[in-house]
Formats: sequence, C-alpha cells, structure tokens
Amino acid sequence: MSTLFAILFYFATLVFVVGTLYRISVYTRTPAPLKIPTTPAPTTGTGVMLRMTREVVFFESLFKANLWTWGLGWMFHASLALVLLRHLRYFTEPVWVWVSFIQPFGMYAGITMMLGAAGLWARRIFVERIRYISTPSDHLMLVLFIVIALSGLTMKFVSHTDVVGVKGFMLGLMYFNSQPMPEHIGLYVHLLLVAVLMMIFPVSKLLHAPGVFFSPSRNQADNPREKRHISAWGTKLESES
Amino acid sequence: MADITAPAYRVIPIIPVLKPGSMEGVKSFVANDKIQEAIGFPGQLVDDWHDRVIAKMGELLGKYRSLKVYMDACVHCGACSDKCHYFIGTQDPKNMPVARQDLMRSVYRRYFTLPGKLFPKLVGARDLTREVLDEWYTYFYQCSECRRCSVFCPYGIDTAEVTMAAREMLDSVGYGQKYSNEIIGKVHKIGNNLGLPGPALADTLEGLEEDVKEATGIDVRFPMDVKGAEVLLITPSADFFAEPHIDSLIGYAKVFHATGTSWTLSSMSSEAGNFGMFIGNYEQLRKIALRIRQAALELGVKRIVVGECGHAWRVAYSFWNTLTGVGDGADPNDRFAMMLQKQLDHRYKQPAHICEFTWDMIQDERLSFDKSANDKHIITFHDSCNVARGSSMGGYPGGQFDIPRNIIKAVANNFVEMDPGTTHERTFCCGGGGGLLTDDLLDLRVKGALPRMEVLQQVADEHGVNFMACICAICKAQFTKIMPIYGFDRRMIGGVHQLVSNAIKLGDK
Repeated sequence: MSTLFAILFYFATLVFVVGTLYRISVYTRTPAPLKIPTTPAPTTGTGVMLRMTREVVFFESLFKANLWTWGLGWMFHASLALVLLRHLRYFTEPVWVWVSFIQPFGMYAGITMMLGAAGLWARRIFVERIRYISTPSDHLMLVLFIVIALSGLTMKFVSHTDVVGVKGFMLGLMYFNSQPMPEHIGLYVHLLLVAVLMMIFPVSKLLHAPGVFFSPSRNQADNPREKRHISAWGTKLESES
Repeated sequence: MADITAPAYRVIPIIPVLKPGSMEGVKSFVANDKIQEAIGFPGQLVDDWHDRVIAKMGELLGKYRSLKVYMDACVHCGACSDKCHYFIGTQDPKNMPVARQDLMRSVYRRYFTLPGKLFPKLVGARDLTREVLDEWYTYFYQCSECRRCSVFCPYGIDTAEVTMAAREMLDSVGYGQKYSNEIIGKVHKIGNNLGLPGPALADTLEGLEEDVKEATGIDVRFPMDVKGAEVLLITPSADFFAEPHIDSLIGYAKVFHATGTSWTLSSMSSEAGNFGMFIGNYEQLRKIALRIRQAALELGVKRIVVGECGHAWRVAYSFWNTLTGVGDGADPNDRFAMMLQKQLDHRYKQPAHICEFTWDMIQDERLSFDKSANDKHIITFHDSCNVARGSSMGGYPGGQFDIPRNIIKAVANNFVEMDPGTTHERTFCCGGGGGLLTDDLLDLRVKGALPRMEVLQQVADEHGVNFMACICAICKAQFTKIMPIYGFDRRMIGGVHQLVSNAIKLGDK
C-alpha cells in the first residue's frame, strides 16, 4: 500500500505542477489585444494590484453579487487556505513556528470548510437557476471536497491515525527515502482523494485559481489614452496598411 | 408589432423563475449574401461550417487571452445568473450570462479540453451540431454586450467577450446578422451607419443653422470639412436627423459657439458608432476607426471630440489609441501614430468626450446658463452601459459618472437619482445595445428594458421625474421606441446636451 501511494503521489504532483505551469504559460503567451478593464478601474499598476488583492482575498465582486454565495464561498476558501497551511506540519521538520501557531485554528477550519462546501452544494441543489447551470462535475467537485474534509476530520476527532507515521511517510516521499504509511482506512480515502484533486486541477474549473490573475477585465490598468496598448498581431496589421 | 406588450413590473425585484425556451423563437434576421460579401464574409453558411467554426475557435483562443481565460475559469457559482436585463425580462434561462457562455463553453470543452474529450456528459460538453450553431445565433444575438455580468463575476468574466467571439465565428462561416453587417457595409461605402451621403448631410446642417437662428436669433454654425479647425467632432450619425438626438447636436454646436471654439464635422467620417465591436471583428473595428484617423490627418485638427454615443465612446476611449494611434504613448517608429502625436494638441486627452469638453469649459467659467430654462424638467440620469463599464472620463475612475451629472446639475435645478442598484457601474442596459436595435428583435428589446423601466417608474411616482437624460444614441433610439409601450411619453428621453442647449446663454458673448 505504501508503495502504491508513493507512486500515486509522485504522479499526482507531477501532473499538478507540470499541468498548472503549462496552463499558466498558455495564459501568459496569449495576447490581450484590446484594453477591456471593467470600469471604473484603477489607472495605475499599483491600483491594479490593490484591485486584484481585494478580489483574491475578499472576493469583492462576489460580495457585490450575492451575499449568500459570498459568505459560503469565502468561508470555504479561507478555511481551505488555513487547512492547507496547517498541513505544512506534515512536511516540515522542525515545524515552523507560525505553522504551530495556526494549528488549533486550522483544525476548526476543517469544520467550516466542510460547512462552506456543504452550503454551496445545497445552493446548487435547491436554487433553481444554480441547479440549471450545474453539470455533474460541479456536484462531484463539491462532494470531493466534502469527503476530503470529512475523512480528515474523522481522523482528528473520531478514529485517530498515527500522525507521526503519516509525517514520516510524507517526509520520506520528499527526500526520496521511502517510509511505511500507517494502515488506516480514513487515511487511504483522504490521501487518495487529495491525489485525485491534484490531478484534475489543471484540466478543470479549478483553473479559476490561476485564471483570475490573468483576467483582462480585472488585471488591466485603465490608461488607454495615455499609453498605446497594442498586441504583436495588432502591430502586424499596422504594417500591412 | 401590435402584439408586443410590456411585461408586468415586479412588485419587489425578486429573481424570476425560469421559463426554459421562452425566447428560443426570437431570432434576428440573418444577413443575405450581398450584405455578407460586401464586408468580406462568406455569403451563405458554408458546407464545412463545423470544421471552420472549430478552427476559428482555436484561432480566437490563441489571439484573445480574455476568451481563453473566460472559457476555463468559470466555476458556475451563479453570481451573474440574475444580473442580465434580458434574463430578468424574459425569464429564459439561456439568457443568464453563465448559461449564455456555456452555449460556447460546452463546445470548447468538447474540442479543446481533455475531460470534455473523454467524458463529455460529466463536464457538460457537447458536439457542435447544426442545432447548437442555430442556438448560438439565437442567443448570442440576445446579448447586448453591456458587461453588467462582468461587474459581479469573481473572475471578471465578461460575457460580451464571449458574445463577440461567437458572432465572429458565425460570421466567418457565413452566418451573419442582417442589422449589424448591413450597417458596417454602409459605413465603408458612404461614411456613416445611416447611409447619409455628404450632400444630404450638408443640407441637414444648413437646415439646422436656420432652425437655431430662428429659435435664438444667433448664427450658430454647423461646419463640415473645414481644414484647420481646432476640433474635429465625431458623433453618431443619428445626431444628424433622429429625435431626440438632434437636440444634443444643437447643444454641442452651441457649446462650441459660446466658447469660440472652431470646429468641424467630416463628411468622409461622419460616424462615431463602430459596429465592428458588436460583431467582435478586430479588422472591421480597426478599419472603421481608421476613417477617423484619416479625417483627422486630412483636416489637420488639433483635437478630436466624440459626441453622445455609448459604444462609440468605449471604442474611442478604450480602443482608438490601440487601433489608430490617436492618443499618447506610441512607439517612436509607429509612423501614423507619430504623425498624429505631432499634429494633435496633447495638453488635452485625445480623444475627448463632448461631456469632458463641456465640463472643462464650465469649470473655466467660459459658459453661462439660465438654469430655469430646464425648470419644466425633473431630471434623472441613465448611465449607458458602454460608458459606465467600458470607458472613463476626466482621467480618474468614476469620472464617467460624475461629469455628465455635474453638467446636468450646472444647467438644471431638478435632479434625482434612480435606485443605486441600477446606476453607475450597476446600470441596466436600455435593452437595445450591442447590435440589437432592430425591429425584428422588438419583443426582446421591450422585455430587456423592464429593469430600467421599473426604477424609472419609481422615481416618476415618488419625485415626479419627467425627463431621463443619457449620453448614448442607441439608448435614445431604444427608449423613444419602447417607452410608450410602458406608458411613458417618448419625449421623456433625451441627451445631456439637449439640456445644455436649453439653458446655455449665447447672447452676451
């Protein structure tokens, strides 16, 4: 089992890193030929950074759109961030001070993350127009997060696994020094689904995470009259006429 | 058209229930081969449309980062789902922005993503069939490209970009829209959207001079093709003859007269509108914009000022510098742009909106007004979508909201705002923008105006509002047509410079 999971994690990491970097490189290479910030928009680069920060950290636009979706979505994402950071303790030795500091918050964040995902799923099921736009994969994605959270929380609060053993296994993976993985059904489920999540990241709607930084309606400065913005293929038309 | 009636106002603005398929029969007229071929598109739907649409999609995905990111990033959160005026007015779920995008996204996923190739059902991917293509035509010509959805999307996904790409793909296989493509043909052939030839334009302007002389006793000029004038005015051609547009044209002329500014129109380039944007075709967008560069160079003007027109101002403000090099910050080896940089007066922003021009003059105290001339009006202001969400004024974010309001307050005493959820960047489209201002879509236009009419009714009831000012030729034409269907007087809609015209003092100069 340990070997199987080791192979799985190496593969998942490879897919995640290479796939995501590839997508980012495609976004970077694709030109934005016209100035299309959704106005009113900041006129400077600093302003754009602030706008993007508000968007990524506080979900500013979603806040304007719908308080329920914003509340559930923000709770889910903020909790997920805390949970991910908390898990750094399984990959670092000695554990960084700030990681130990957030440890208790990270545990409860597991609960709020699950509640957020469950709320978003309920919305998908019970709100007519959200149900209309949902594909099977939209539902499955939320189920995936809910089961990952549930299996993790089970190991924390119900049926403990050998966390020292888990850490040994993970550090072993990182330093190519294979260690045994504790035998625990909850752990198997948890790690398997995390690997699945990593592998679908670069080919699914999870691309919204890198995508938001490349959205021209948010990342462009509103200065079209002050600076000529022209793409390589737009310039080519110029020389043809 | 007698059977077209206005939908009922919602008692409280709740989100409507879905009525699937309610607008699937509303399809604007398809362009014939003459219209299509005149602007370089295939005349009829080509036999190998399937492969060519997919190839075109691939091409556009490589040319537009917006399209690429927007196809990937949507998580179906539903933030946009209740934000489109056409959805609110028609209740057709395919008029929800996300569902409209998904008409294309489903095809993108099938042909350009791994999960869509392997498990189409799971991720909502589907083959491009003739039915899908027809559905694209129907629903991508039920989007006015107003960008309201993009305000609320957590990733800034702008359905307008998707609609433009869809129209571009449809045009490329010979499936174009009569209204937009016919107008683009006219601009190239005659110089404006209405097909008004130079001599007719000259006649009209002469008539206007007589009218203004009769009304005011003052010789206000409407010059055309005057070389060496300071200002070249580029305005929507509707301003030359349509009501209430023409009253704003008179307003611009009075502002130029009162400030002693020499100005001119161009017979060759007598159109601010640029329907190239509506069909998402960069080459058309650019070609139409180049007429303005040509006019500016030929007439040797120092400034370019744009009249009251929403999408034209978006194109002028956001795209002209890209397309033609009007404006600052060009590459030194950029020949045409450099000619313009030398010629134009860069103490001013190029191009400038007529509202920026007028507001500058008001601030410099070069204009004076008799505000009581507008006392018969209780005025509200409708922000036009392309000005609100696709441009700016005054060089600071939000200037596009302040400046027209400042002008109204400078020339009139009674001003009232509508519900803040429907103004500024949250404004609702008039229902006729983005290439939909055609009578074959009247049903859609009436229903799409619902959210605006609801809040107008509110201020009419509560504050006695009897005049809605705006700065867009399409808004003016649309409201003139549909407001009577909602029980309003068609003369309730008018331009900001119509109010300026009423109040401006010309005599004591």
